[in-house]
Amino acid sequence: MGAIDNTAGVLAVEGGGGGGFWEDAYPVIPHPGELIVGIISFAILYVLYKRVVVPRLETMLAERQRTIEGGIERAEAMQAEAKAALEQYRAQLADARNEAAQIRDQARAEGQQILEELRTQAQAESARIVARGEEQLATARQQVVNELRGQIGTLAVQLAGQVVGESLADDARRSGTVDRFLDELDGMTAAGDGAGGATRVGGSSR
Amino acid sequence: MTIVVSAAEEFVPPSAPDFWQPLVGDGAFAITRTMVVMVLVTIGLAVVMMLATRRLGVVPGRGQFRLEGVYGLVRNSVGRDVIGSAHFKPYIPLLLTLFTLILVNNLMGIVPPVQFPTMSRIGFPLALALGVYVVYLVAGVRRRGLVGFLKNLVPGGLPFWVVPVVFVLELVTFLVTRPVTLTLRLFGNMFAGHILLLLFALGGEYLLLSGEGLLKLVAIPAFLMFFLFSAFEILIAFLQAYVFILLASVYIAEVYADEH
Repeated sequence: MGAIDNTAGVLAVEGGGGGGFWEDAYPVIPHPGELIVGIISFAILYVLYKRVVVPRLETMLAERQRTIEGGIERAEAMQAEAKAALEQYRAQLADARNEAAQIRDQARAEGQQILEELRTQAQAESARIVARGEEQLATARQQVVNELRGQIGTLAVQLAGQVVGESLADDARRSGTVDRFLDELDGMTAAGDGAGGATRVGGSSR
Repeated sequence: MTIVVSAAEEFVPPSAPDFWQPLVGDGAFAITRTMVVMVLVTIGLAVVMMLATRRLGVVPGRGQFRLEGVYGLVRNSVGRDVIGSAHFKPYIPLLLTLFTLILVNNLMGIVPPVQFPTMSRIGFPLALALGVYVVYLVAGVRRRGLVGFLKNLVPGGLPFWVVPVVFVLELVTFLVTRPVTLTLRLFGNMFAGHILLLLFALGGEYLLLSGEGLLKLVAIPAFLMFFLFSAFEILIAFLQAYVFILLASVYIAEVYADEH
């Protein structure tokens, strides 16, 4: 193997085996063939990356960015929506509570009113029933009075006839006649018991 | 490599010529091992990235989740945070290309059967650095015009006699230092890392085969170190890819910074 002769100040020193300039050249001297291959390889790869690889990656990154941002936006929108819905529900709940309270108050008032009405109605009804009873009583009384009046008249005529027929001589007879009349009257009363209250009315009228 | 005769007896440490591995032909346009690796890595990345982004869902699957991890690191942690959310979008393809290409090529340094880091051949990091160079220069001139771009190199409020000095320094920084350091950092790390691995592997092999007596046992720690540093190289592979796009972003961000 040839050694590099550093002191000679030349770029290369011939090796014993005739390795040529490039074998013994300083390693800092670029080999033209390698330089050209390096430049071409570099250029090809650069063009490929610039035209295809990097655009593909950038497109993907941009899409990812959009997706992430879209996701965040969507989440924010959903949160806002949820908040709005919550507010709405709360408002609705409050409304419903108010309404329920109103309905309760109203029902209470209505119940009171109905009760009042019923009471009034019942009072009116009872008054009407009492009035009708009184009216019936009055009618019955009138009827009895009328009946009695007729009977008393007949009895009076009979009594008068008897009185006249027995010549009314002595007090004993006279009193006997009167007693008989009264007895008859009592018997009539007993017989008229079947007519109910009319008899008592008749009695009371005596 | 070509001289096996003299290497029979004494140990020859790995050196720069080990990195010259032509497969077809010889000379300036020979097809080398690293070229094949680079082409295969590019094709592999193209296929994987096309397939991985064919059906992207808003909800990622396992594969998409990993892809998005890489994409998010490049796009958000580096691109957006360094360049600023107003201007970073046009530079995502550039940063993603740089990151994936460097990372996979670096990992090839320890993945069998390749086990040879592409970026240890300076042509490849130079190609990538030139890409960054063109992008930030074009962006700068487009934004401010050529005169504005040159004026913007010098921060305001300096004494007049300092201005030319600072101008030259800044111009050299913009036109030379940045692309060169970008190239050398990546190249150097991968080159040195591979030399170190070679040293442990070849040294261990030499001790095992040519060592006398107990010296053969020293091969064991050498091989252990080889595994340890292989694991370490994974970290370096990722770190260098990350640092490359971080610096590229810083250079691009300066185009949009209004104050120096």
